Amino acid sequence: MSDVLDSYPQWLDGAWVTVRLTLLGGALALVLALLFGMAGTSRHAWVRVLNRVYVEFFRGNATLVLLYWFFYALPLLGLRFTTLSAAVLALGLNVGAYGAEVVRGSINAVPKAQYEATVALNFTPFQRMRRVLLPQAFALMLPPFGNLLIELMKGTAIVSLVGLVDLTRVSKNIQGSTGQTVAAFSVVLVLYFIIAQVLQLFVRYAERRVDRMLGRRLPSEPSLETVAAGAPGTGVTG
Amino acid sequence: MPPSDTDEAGPGGVGDRPPSEIPGAPKAPAPGDGGSGSAPNVVTEKGVATQKGEVPGGEQAAELPRGTAPGIRFEKVVKRFGSNVVLRELDFTVAPGERVTLIGPSGSGKTTILRLLMTLEKLDGGLIWIGDETLWHRERGGKRVPADQKHLHEMRKQVGMVFQQFNLFPNMNVLHNLTEGPVRVLGLSKDEAVERARGLLDMVGLTDKENAHPTQLSGGQQQRVAIARALAMQPKVLLLDEVTSALDPELVVGVQDLLRDIARQSDLTLLCVTHEMGFAKDISNRVLMFDQGQIVEEGPPDQIFGEPSEQRTRDFLQAVLAS
Amino acid sequence: MNWDWHYSGEILPDLLDGLRYTVIATLAGYVIAVVLGLVWTLLRRTPSRIFNQVIRWITEFIRSTPLIPQLYFVFFVLPAWGITIGSLTAGIITLGLHYSTYTAEVYRAGIADVPKGQWEACTALNLPKSRVWLDVILPQAIRRVIPTLGNYLIAMFKDSPMLLAINVSELLFSAYKVGAKTLQFLEPITIVGLLFVVVSVISSILVRRLERRYATI
Repeated sequence: MSDVLDSYPQWLDGAWVTVRLTLLGGALALVLALLFGMAGTSRHAWVRVLNRVYVEFFRGNATLVLLYWFFYALPLLGLRFTTLSAAVLALGLNVGAYGAEVVRGSINAVPKAQYEATVALNFTPFQRMRRVLLPQAFALMLPPFGNLLIELMKGTAIVSLVGLVDLTRVSKNIQGSTGQTVAAFSVVLVLYFIIAQVLQLFVRYAERRVDRMLGRRLPSEPSLETVAAGAPGTGVTG
Repeated sequence: MPPSDTDEAGPGGVGDRPPSEIPGAPKAPAPGDGGSGSAPNVVTEKGVATQKGEVPGGEQAAELPRGTAPGIRFEKVVKRFGSNVVLRELDFTVAPGERVTLIGPSGSGKTTILRLLMTLEKLDGGLIWIGDETLWHRERGGKRVPADQKHLHEMRKQVGMVFQQFNLFPNMNVLHNLTEGPVRVLGLSKDEAVERARGLLDMVGLTDKENAHPTQLSGGQQQRVAIARALAMQPKVLLLDEVTSALDPELVVGVQDLLRDIARQSDLTLLCVTHEMGFAKDISNRVLMFDQGQIVEEGPPDQIFGEPSEQRTRDFLQAVLAS
Repeated sequence: MNWDWHYSGEILPDLLDGLRYTVIATLAGYVIAVVLGLVWTLLRRTPSRIFNQVIRWITEFIRSTPLIPQLYFVFFVLPAWGITIGSLTAGIITLGLHYSTYTAEVYRAGIADVPKGQWEACTALNLPKSRVWLDVILPQAIRRVIPTLGNYLIAMFKDSPMLLAINVSELLFSAYKVGAKTLQFLEPITIVGLLFVVVSVISSILVRRLERRYATI
């Protein structure tokens, strides 16, 4: 055990790679989720098709397959990525597709009367989205987004399979060098757990802020719908 | 069974405690019970022990229970939800076989009384008697201790309830809804339970629906099934919690007629919460008007609805009639 | 470099061989997940608060840590404790265990979704606890969660490539192996990717059908 803990600089480096991947992938996923999610609520059919194609392709694929594709296959077509950017792309595109469904479902869940009120007030489509629909949908999005962020964090472990030295790779290296199998793999699981709990705290804090902003109390226990919406499966919402 | 000769002789006052309560035996803790000098009991109407002399006549279906209904008594009953005290040392008595309607504004604690009797809410203080036994307490070594699940299970055998929202089991067909309890709880054979269920379905006029699923029935039909389901357990006390409030107006009368027939043909002890004053008049021999967890006024239906003496009752009745 | 159709045809048998392991691992893992998830949920409802909290944190731990280090743990640590298992078995157990913590949440939400009136009717009928669960609550709860459970089958299918971390010759690993032999990665990995999309899209249509079918209760 002590050998394993003595390697803490390696653990810290690995944790930093994991955290950085989570944040970068999360940022990309958020942007994609909002863009394609709003596209899914468009009045124009071709914009909605854009949403469907993106969602079905990137949600339907395994993250690891996407990563291998960016890492092994596309360079053969002349598209080269650094390992890090290939990983961020694979994670962001995949989780962004789940996020897009969350965004679309949340916007659709805002009562129709709200939309009608914006029409009655003669808002432009942009104003409707920006001033009325998105702020209300935001509270609905947060809990599933929190789940997705933790899924994304867990998903970063796949980069260990293409040579990035993240937490998982560090545990494998340390297991190899010290031979302490139980300690190495126990420590890595505990470290991931800690990161997940910290993320959880941030998400809870954000949820409380938004609830207060909108003056509403969401149920503390997730309902079947929110469990389904945050599912890493192909949860179909809205 | 609570009745005893002494009680018969002197209804009301301090004397009409159920015989099981030995003088000097420690009482279950009831908040505010400390006033040692004053008479603890203020029940003044006919006591729990008043045995009704005759049972209403008329032909009755074989399934309906007769002759053994227990009385009910609330003794300094306290119920809180958080800091909100719903029932504050409530005392009242229902005689065996008596049919009582509870009326009053929403939030006055009527439904809570039924839910306490059905053990759907926990008692916070005081005693609830069903017959000569306490519902929420049992005797152990001469002391009264909080009831365990076994005691509650025994006591619940006497009580049945019909809910506002029917609460039929959607995963079972009508017949299965009626046989589940008799088979699983009363230990009837499948055949006996089916026979009993069919008899009850006949009584509520739904013989042809035994294979239907609850979702395929109208609200009125669902409530008839729910009534039959409650009766299938052969309770001695029947609780009706706003049983027609969730029904479309045109379906209300049918269910009310059915319940009135059941009430007349059985000698169930009946507690009924309703906002339908005509129904209350029909079904009950006494009406209790509640407000803020206290009985404001009580009496026969004609008196309460005809010439109420309390202003709060008059206001309430006016508001209900206006709606 | 362009797409090589001839090569694509040649590698197909290898890929199908890998697909077999993918399907086996997914289905066997799913059986574990569906059964064990219900066990977790029921264990969390015992009268002991401490026990419930212990179960809660165990499942929370398994759910919030990644599959790949979990695979390492099961595959490398169990032999150190004297339990030797093959890589496919280790993969199935880990996948099933991991997703059982998700299905546990689904069951929990499904049970919470059963209206309170159903519990009250059970009390009013005096039904014993075992009957309340077996005859009334679970049949309704499970019916509600079938579509969501279907989603998790798809999710497990998409996580199954991670089993290559412990050398299970599943679909992606087969694709990688043929690619490494010829240094032509584009075709095998693209085919695998398309296969995943096709299977996912078809199965999510099926799940949507399930949702419609079980929407009315």
